[in-house]
Formats: sequence, structure tokens, C-alpha cells
Amino acid sequence: MVPISWYLIFAAALFCIGLFGVLSRRNAVAILLGVELMLNAVNINLAAFWRYGNVTQMAGQVFAIIVFAVAAAEVAVGLALVISVYRRRNTVVADDIDMMKW
Amino acid sequence: MTTETLIWLIPLPPVLAFFLIVLFTNKSKVLSHTIGVGAAIFSWLASWYVFWQATHVEHLGEHPFESAINWLPTGNTWLKIGVLIDPLGAVMLFFVSITIFMIFLYSVGYHNFGQPKGDHDHKGLPPHGATVEEHGHKHVVPSVEPMYSRFFAFLGLFAFGMYVLVVSDNLLTMFVGWEIMGLCSYLLIGFWYGKPSARNAAVKAFMTTRIGDVFMLLGISYLYSVTGTLSFREIFTEETLHMLAENTTYFGMTVSGFIALLLFIGTVGKSAQWPLHVWLPDAMEGPTPVSAMIHAATMVSAGVYAVIRMFPLLTADFHGHELTTTMTIVAFIGAFTAIFAATIALAQNDIKRVLAYSTISQLGFMIAALGIGAYVAATFHLVTHAFFKALLFLGSGSVIHGMEHGVLHTGNHDVDPQDMYNMGGLRHKMPITFWTFLIGGFALSGFPLITAGFWSKDEIFADAFGHGHMAVFVTLAFAALLTAFYTMRQITLTFLGEPRTKEAEHAQETPWTMTAPLVVLSFFAVTFGWVGIPEDFLGLRLSPSWFHEFVGGTLAEHPEAVVFSWVPFLTSLVVALGGLTLGYLVYRNLNSVSEDRLQIPFLKNKYYFDEIYDAVFVKPIYWFSENVVYKFMDQGVIDGILHIFGPTTGGIGSFIRNKFDLPVINRFIGDGSADVTYWFGGKLRAIQTGRVQQYLMFALVTFIIIGAVLYFFVLA
Repeated sequence: MVPISWYLIFAAALFCIGLFGVLSRRNAVAILLGVELMLNAVNINLAAFWRYGNVTQMAGQVFAIIVFAVAAAEVAVGLALVISVYRRRNTVVADDIDMMKW
Repeated sequence: MTTETLIWLIPLPPVLAFFLIVLFTNKSKVLSHTIGVGAAIFSWLASWYVFWQATHVEHLGEHPFESAINWLPTGNTWLKIGVLIDPLGAVMLFFVSITIFMIFLYSVGYHNFGQPKGDHDHKGLPPHGATVEEHGHKHVVPSVEPMYSRFFAFLGLFAFGMYVLVVSDNLLTMFVGWEIMGLCSYLLIGFWYGKPSARNAAVKAFMTTRIGDVFMLLGISYLYSVTGTLSFREIFTEETLHMLAENTTYFGMTVSGFIALLLFIGTVGKSAQWPLHVWLPDAMEGPTPVSAMIHAATMVSAGVYAVIRMFPLLTADFHGHELTTTMTIVAFIGAFTAIFAATIALAQNDIKRVLAYSTISQLGFMIAALGIGAYVAATFHLVTHAFFKALLFLGSGSVIHGMEHGVLHTGNHDVDPQDMYNMGGLRHKMPITFWTFLIGGFALSGFPLITAGFWSKDEIFADAFGHGHMAVFVTLAFAALLTAFYTMRQITLTFLGEPRTKEAEHAQETPWTMTAPLVVLSFFAVTFGWVGIPEDFLGLRLSPSWFHEFVGGTLAEHPEAVVFSWVPFLTSLVVALGGLTLGYLVYRNLNSVSEDRLQIPFLKNKYYFDEIYDAVFVKPIYWFSENVVYKFMDQGVIDGILHIFGPTTGGIGSFIRNKFDLPVINRFIGDGSADVTYWFGGKLRAIQTGRVQQYLMFALVTFIIIGAVLYFFVLA
């Protein structure tokens, strides 16, 4: 069996890519995609720990499914927000959306 | 309602009247006098009911009406206050309540109720009269008193003080009533405060009686410190009195004698005995009902009452033969005052002043009687004197009122309506006043057998003679002769002969509210004497004297009635009739002051007592106050010390302000902290871009830094 560290390294790499995407992309949709990547990294961890831990317990899989469900819901809301912002300000560039400023 | 509850309630109506009038009804004259007189009627009815009940109790002296409540906690015990009606209290209630009621009623007429407002009357001055048009021509009539309501309010408070004093079962509440009366005498003597003489008289009365009160308070404190109680019933137990009489204190006196002496000095002030007598004649500056109130119903009676009340204490160390030191002093002061004031009364021309000195003299009789142990006689004279002296004062007020009417009629305001030499022949003009005044005057002189004054005075003589106190007997007999003489002088000058002035010709009888009290009081001035006719009078076997039996029962040991003797009886006959005849003969044909041989400056100026006091006490005290207290102590020492404190604290204050507050607190801490916050804010605003990605970046960096720190410093 592949050692668990490989999964963890892979998941960490994926998480960092996602984080990098969230922090550095200008397009709001791309930022959303970055978030999805980070969630996926978490899911890999959950599945890996489940497989290497107590297999009879379903907790890891159930957690992963909940994360999927939340991610889907999040994307729906996120896209709705992006569309709404685009309609009002005619842009989806994150740097231009500075309404939280004081 | 039980009798005890009723006794608690007796003093209340007058004080309620006082507050009601002062707070609410002072604008309305009708309401004010209705409330005032109404309160007097309530208290009178209640008092007489209690008296009636008291006369129906067997051995009231041993089982008096009493009720007490805990008042002030004193460590493990309570200072109790309560009410007590023993035979003495019952008799006091009897005459005090009716006299007060009569005085209230009389005041309505005296202050010209129902008359128009004066043309130029001021508050604080007696009314001057009002012009009215009648039948086409103008004439002047008496005008209503401007401060009518205030008078009834004060009178109510005065009555309250007296009732409190009478129903009290302990020295403390008695003293409270005593002081309320002191205040009221001040307020009422100075009622017409617009007159400087009234102001001075008020202050004089207050200050003089205060001297006595201080000593009395000392006596009360001493008594409390020795016995631990102020309740009469507890002090007058045999053990307590015995203990007080056994121990000696300052000046080799017994404790009881010393306390009695201190309390007696209070009476000297209150009852205007020599040497504190100077305030009472000046008190004539007040309205006449007030004079009657002070001289008969309340204040001076209260003084004598206090000594009568304290009689067991006074005689605790007395064994029936030699008078004790205190009793000698009391007897001496009483007898001396009696003769001393009587001589001054001879030379007075003001109708009220004669009566004022007469009161002092008669109070001397009572005090002297107490000094020689004649308890019942003193009480008896106190009651009869209250009736006829109230009668005489109200009568003299009526005369003055009638004379003022004459003065207003002629318009000659130079005529003094109080000077007896301006009167004469008033018997035709004012018949009711004349007859009642005659009754009162005869009672005061001790006109034999009929009048009350005879019986009470005779009892004092009999006591003094029977117990061998000849000095007192002779002095009092001579004073009684003078009393009859000056009373007849007064009656002759005022009512008999022909009018000596136009004003007297135009004098007029006063309204019913004034004459009705005169009639009522003259009834008592005659009949009250009959309750005290001695048992073996003239050797006859009469029924025992009711008064003697009743009041004598107050004391633990029932005083023996004096055996009848012809000497005092004949003496009182001679002095009364002789004085009256002499007075009539001398003054019958007198027409002017210059013919009066008794107008000796020495007597007329009251032995220069006012001047002596002025020189000995008043002037030095003024000098002392001015130079020592004011200029040296206050301006020099006290202000000097204060002047050090003022600049010093000012200097310290400005030093702190300039050197610490302004630079350190304001500039450094105050402004500095604000500046720092402002600078930080200015710097920090730059990182608030509103861009989510930057915020996330900050969050990440912070997270990494905190994580690193935790990792290296905490975990490792």
C-alpha cells in the first residue's frame, strides 16, 4: 500500500496550489476554483485517514460527502454573488471589488 | 375610647389648628378663628370629661390615669414617655382648658373680627382704625387685626405646649411643653413686631426665661444621672426619694434639695420671680389675650405647676420642723417677690402693668406657700388666681378696647388708652366689663367669704401661721394689704368717679365675644373658692374641704388640714377690707397724676432693676461681645488663623496647577494619549484596502507567524 505520507504531501501540495490561486488570481471565478481545490485537498486527507484508520467506521467518507455537498452549495452561492457583482459593477476582478474599505 | 387614650389626644387639637392655619387657612379669617376656637372647644370638652372621670375614681392619687410607651432606647432600658392624670393634673386640666377656651373666644372680639380693613394698617403693627361713611358723614371705627390668622395659630401652639406640660408623666416631655411655651411667648409678645418696644420685650422675655431654663435642664440631667429615670411616678417612690435625701452633694446640700433648687430656678424664670421678674411687665407689649394667656392659663402657671409637681423632691429631706436650705430659699424668694412686686404695682399707671406686677406678686404667694410646705394651699391659689387673673386681664383688654374706641372717635391719638389717669367713670359706659372686673378685683384682693381669692389666700395664711413661719406670714399679709390697695386704686381710677378725658366719655362696651368670657370667668372667680372651704372654719363643723381631700391625695402622705385659728382669718379680713377701703378713700377724688402721692420715682421705675441689670449684665456683655468676642476672638484670632489657611491653600493649589496639572497631566498624558491614538489610526488606515485577498494574505501571514512563535517558544 502506498504510504500515507504520499497522500498527505499530495493533499498539502494541492492545498497550497488552491491557496495560491485564492490569493493571487484576479478573476473572482478563479478564486472560487481555488477554494474548490483547497476543499478537495481536505477531502483527500479525510479519505486517506479513513482508509488507514478504522475501516469499519464510515466517519471519514461521510465527512467527505458533507464537504462535497457544502462545496456545491458554496459554489452556487458564490457564483450568484459573482454574477450579482458583475451586474452592478460590470467587473469580476477581485482588486476592483473594495467595498469593504472603511 | 378609654380615658387614657383621651388624655393622649387632649393636646392634639390646638397643634393641629396651628398647622392647619399656618399651612392652609391663613388667608381666611373666618376659617382660621373657627379652627382655632374649635380646637380649644375640643380640648376643653375632653379635659373636662377627664376631670369628671378623675373625680369619680377612689384614691386617684394612688391609681392615677396613666399610660406610657417606650420612646428612646437607652442601652438596655427605654426612656418612656406617657401621660399621667393624678388629682393635681386633673385640677390643672380643669382650669387650663376653660381659661384657654375663653381666651380664644375673647381674641375674636379683641382683634375686631367683622370690622373693615384699616386705612393704613401694616402687618406687625396694631390696627389704627378705618374710616367708614355712615348717614352721610365719615367716622373712624376699629379695624381688623392684619395678622389675625397668625395670632390664632400661635395661640394654638401655646395651648398645645401647656397641655403637653400638664398631661406629661415625665420631666422630659414636660420640659418640651415648657420650651414650646417659651417660644410662643416670644412669638406672641413680639406679635406687633413693627414696634421696637414689642421686639425688645419679646427678646427680653425669651432671654430671661432661658436663663432659668438652662438651670432647669441641668437639674433634669442631674436627676436623670442619679436616678436613671425622669418619670414622676418612678422618682416619687419612697426608696428613690429616700436615697436622694440621704446623700449630700455640692454646698453640703442633699441631692434632692440641690436638684429641687436647680428645677426651682427654671420656675423663677418662667414664673417671673425675683430676680428674673423683669420680663413679665414688658410682656404687656403683646396683645391683651396673650397677656391673659401668659399670666393665667399657661406660662407662669406652668412655672408654679413645675414646683408643685416637684414638691415631693423639694420636701424629700424635710422632717416637718426646720425648713431645709432649698425650702428656705424658695420661701424667701416667694415672699420677697410677693411684697416687692406689690410695692411696684402701687405706682404704675398703665392698667395692664398694674396687673402684671400683681401677677408676679401673687405667684410669689404660691411659691412662698410651697416653700413652707403648704402644698394644697399653693395649688388652690394657683387655680383661683388663674381664673381671676385671666378675668382681670381680659377685663383690662376690654377697657383698653373701649378706650381705643373713644380715641378713634375723638381722633386725638396722643391720649394713651392704657393710662388709668385717662379713664374714670367707665362703669356707666361699660357695665358688663365693670361688674366682671369688680368681681375679679375683689377676688384678687381676697374680699371675704364670697370670692375665690379669699379662700385660697386665707389657706396660705393659715398654713404659714399654723406652722409657725411668722416671717412669711407677716410679709405675705402686708403684700396682701398692698394687693387690695392697688386693686381698689385700679378699680377707682378706671371705673368710678367722672370721666377725666373726652375719650373716656366716648368709650363703648365691647362685643359679646369679649364680654361672654368675662362673665364665664367671673363665675369661676367667685364659685371656685367654695370647693376649698376648710373643715373647721370658724369652729363650725363643715364637710371636709373637697379641694384639700382631692388634691392632697396626689402626695403619698396625705397632708394634714391646718387647725383653724382666728389670727390668720382676722388678718386676711383686715388686710382685704382695709386695703380696699383705703384704696377707695385715697383715690376717690383724685383727678390727675400730680395729686398721686405714690408716684415715687423709685417705685415707678421698679427699683431701677432694668437699669441695674442693664449696667451689670447687658452693657458688660455687649462690651465683651464687641471687644473680646468680635474684635479679638473673631476678627483677630479666628480670622487670623483663617487668613493663614486661605493664601496657603491658594498657593498650593496654583503650584499644583501650573507645575503638575498643566504640563504633565494635560500635555503629556491627556493630549499625548490622544495624539498617539491618532497617529496609529492614521498609519493603520493604509492597510484597510477593502480587498478580500489582501485581508486573507494578512490572515495567512499572521497565522504563520503565530504558528512559528508557538512552535518555537511553547512547544519546543
